[in-house]
Amino acid sequence: MEAWFALLVGTFFTVAIYLLLSKSIIRVLLGVAILGNGVNLLIFTGGRLTRGVPPVIQEGADTLAGPAANALPQALILTAIVISFSFFAFLLVLAWRAYEDLSTDNTDEMRVAEPEEEPAPPLGY
Amino acid sequence: MAVSTSPPADLSAALVLEPVAAADWLVILPVAWCLAIGALLVMLRRPIGLHPFISVAGLAGLVVIDALLLQHVIVSGPVTMVMGRWLPPFGIAFTVDLTGALFALAASVVALAGGVYSLSDINDSGRRYGFYPFLMLLMAGVSGAFLTGDIFNLYVWFEVLLISSFGLIVLGSEREQIDGAVKYGFLNLVATTLFLVTTGYLYASFGTLNMADIARKAEGLRGTAPLMTLTALFLLAFGMKAAAFPVNFWLPASYHTPRVVVSALFAGLLTKVGIYALIRVTVMLLPVEREELSFVIALVGALTMLVGVFGALAQSDFRRMLGYLVISGIGSILAGIAVGGPGGIGGAIFYALHSMLVMTALYFASGVAAKLGGSFSLSSLSGLYRRHAGFAAISLMLAFAVSGLPPFSGFWPKVMLVKAALDIGAWWLAAALLVTGFLTTIATGRFFLLAYWRDTAEGQGVATKAQIPAAILLPLVALTVMTLAIGLYPEPLLATIQNAAAGLSEPSSYLNSVFPGAAR
Amino acid sequence: MRSVIFRAVAPFLTSLMVLFSIFVLLRGHNEPGGGFIGGLIAVSALAIYGIACGVETVRRAIYFHPMAIAGAGLFAATIAGLISIAARVPFMTGLWIYPSLLGVEVPLSTVTLFDCGVYLVVVGAISSIALSLEERGGE
Repeated sequence: MEAWFALLVGTFFTVAIYLLLSKSIIRVLLGVAILGNGVNLLIFTGGRLTRGVPPVIQEGADTLAGPAANALPQALILTAIVISFSFFAFLLVLAWRAYEDLSTDNTDEMRVAEPEEEPAPPLGY
Repeated sequence: MAVSTSPPADLSAALVLEPVAAADWLVILPVAWCLAIGALLVMLRRPIGLHPFISVAGLAGLVVIDALLLQHVIVSGPVTMVMGRWLPPFGIAFTVDLTGALFALAASVVALAGGVYSLSDINDSGRRYGFYPFLMLLMAGVSGAFLTGDIFNLYVWFEVLLISSFGLIVLGSEREQIDGAVKYGFLNLVATTLFLVTTGYLYASFGTLNMADIARKAEGLRGTAPLMTLTALFLLAFGMKAAAFPVNFWLPASYHTPRVVVSALFAGLLTKVGIYALIRVTVMLLPVEREELSFVIALVGALTMLVGVFGALAQSDFRRMLGYLVISGIGSILAGIAVGGPGGIGGAIFYALHSMLVMTALYFASGVAAKLGGSFSLSSLSGLYRRHAGFAAISLMLAFAVSGLPPFSGFWPKVMLVKAALDIGAWWLAAALLVTGFLTTIATGRFFLLAYWRDTAEGQGVATKAQIPAAILLPLVALTVMTLAIGLYPEPLLATIQNAAAGLSEPSSYLNSVFPGAAR
Repeated sequence: MRSVIFRAVAPFLTSLMVLFSIFVLLRGHNEPGGGFIGGLIAVSALAIYGIACGVETVRRAIYFHPMAIAGAGLFAATIAGLISIAARVPFMTGLWIYPSLLGVEVPLSTVTLFDCGVYLVVVGAISSIALSLEERGGE
């Protein structure tokens, strides 16, 4: 089971890195989103997979009856999902603003902050 | 429904049952304080004029809290507080040792300076946009990152400070800023995602995320767990956050675009959080792997230094040059981490603290220079000495400090690093450090000659005397005095830093604080 | 939206959903539910109201600025953690009191306060985004 998940995580990472290497900012954004999901799956797999045994303590008992699914990775993933969702929203708006203001979605053409042709520095005084 | 009968199971292994001393609250207070004040500022939307004062008062309070925390840690060693009574490794622990307390104090000083500077740099529209809440939340994130004792919690604080820094970097929404923010945002998000990847692997190998627990268990897992992979991934993730050489390109692309005070805070705080995390992880958690990777770290450090300083030499914009100097400083710190030992680690910590103060002050100076001379670019910036001689003197002192010349704070860490590098026979690393210092002197000297001593540039009239508002001068002078004081009288700080470095390499007191009585 | 039926129903639907969101919030302590999901339900209620009657009406109805609500939530959550300073237990420890209200024992805790804070943060932050998006869409 874990091996299949590892392959799936690898596929997610491959797709994400392919998209991250793109020049178009929307593709990069999609790459970031997929990378985030790949990481969540990675944490989930890292916590070991147990099927069908929720970690719920029975009424009247104080401890779990036996081995159960690991709840911690799910808590970690929940945090990571909320965070990566908010980042995705922010970056989407930022990309949109960049497209509006700089009228390009090609990162190679985003040279406002680092102009290609700067005035030559003074050579003496 | 809460159970009101006596607990049937023995909870002493899982819960803190004895009352907590009030002094231990200092561990959590910096974060809670910043969060509370930040939340208060978000609520106060109408009386926008109150924001600066509440925020400066809050940051002053933060300095006091962090100073008390440092004092407490010096007196009684590392302090731990767990969230909600759950004992580590189950509960999230905040653990402060000397290193964390020193970084937190320096960060709060930098933030206070930034808060005072912002009084004249941030206008009403910036206030309405929410500069001050973002500043307080940024400080909550930074303090949390320095004080936490849990790797996943560290990730959360990284994200808190990252989202606040996104808010700060686009403040003003000029085209340049949007451009810079795109690069800053995407690359930093990739870096934190890499950190999360590493956290996932770490959890898969260790089954715990508590730093002390990891430090304890690393020895037993060395044969089976992929610790080298983990360390290399940590190096990549934190190196990216700290802007180390092959992954540094987001920094010079973005740090010169926002408001001066935002640039200054970023230069003082953000890369240093990455460096702190790298020191914490490589020195305390995975020391053997750091030793094995030391050549790689040293190479990255040397290249970062040189790339940074060559970039600084090539720039003719004040703030872009400073961006490259930040990178060059990161290289020196990495050199210290690579060398290791009390000299190397101590030098790295010292250099990071020095760099926090000096880089912030230099960004302030660039803002003042632009106010006096009307531009950040060397082609039109001139006559600053004639406009304000005192400011020129301060800038020269800061230039000396960043180049590592005595009698300023940059000198001592550089001595420590060079000596440590020579002691282990890494002469090339020592040479890189010295050459970097020399080239930094040239880069800043060139700026000083052209911007300060040159009387007129093209399109500029003859310089006349000018005034600088007190809100700008005060933090600048205060930071300069601090760097001078550290340079002239380094003994107390040096001793503390050496203890901090020793506490990192031999973390038994840290472990004892998290797991009382259970350390090796 | 110009549908009369929708406009007539929306206020009732919204109030019902807000009520339900508070129920989910309070239920969340020991059973499925809680501040996060409750907040999301409340935001969707506000969004429906906004679609039916316009964003201005919603802004007037919630009186406070959405970000101020989020700030209040963050403040409440921080205070919920800090209350334990008085009880000499670590940060964020759950503390309970059982006041008797009209003869009914009402369990109150810092945990509930924290959850209410989460609820307010979610309501404030997400409705701030939703309302500004709706405003743009309506232009």
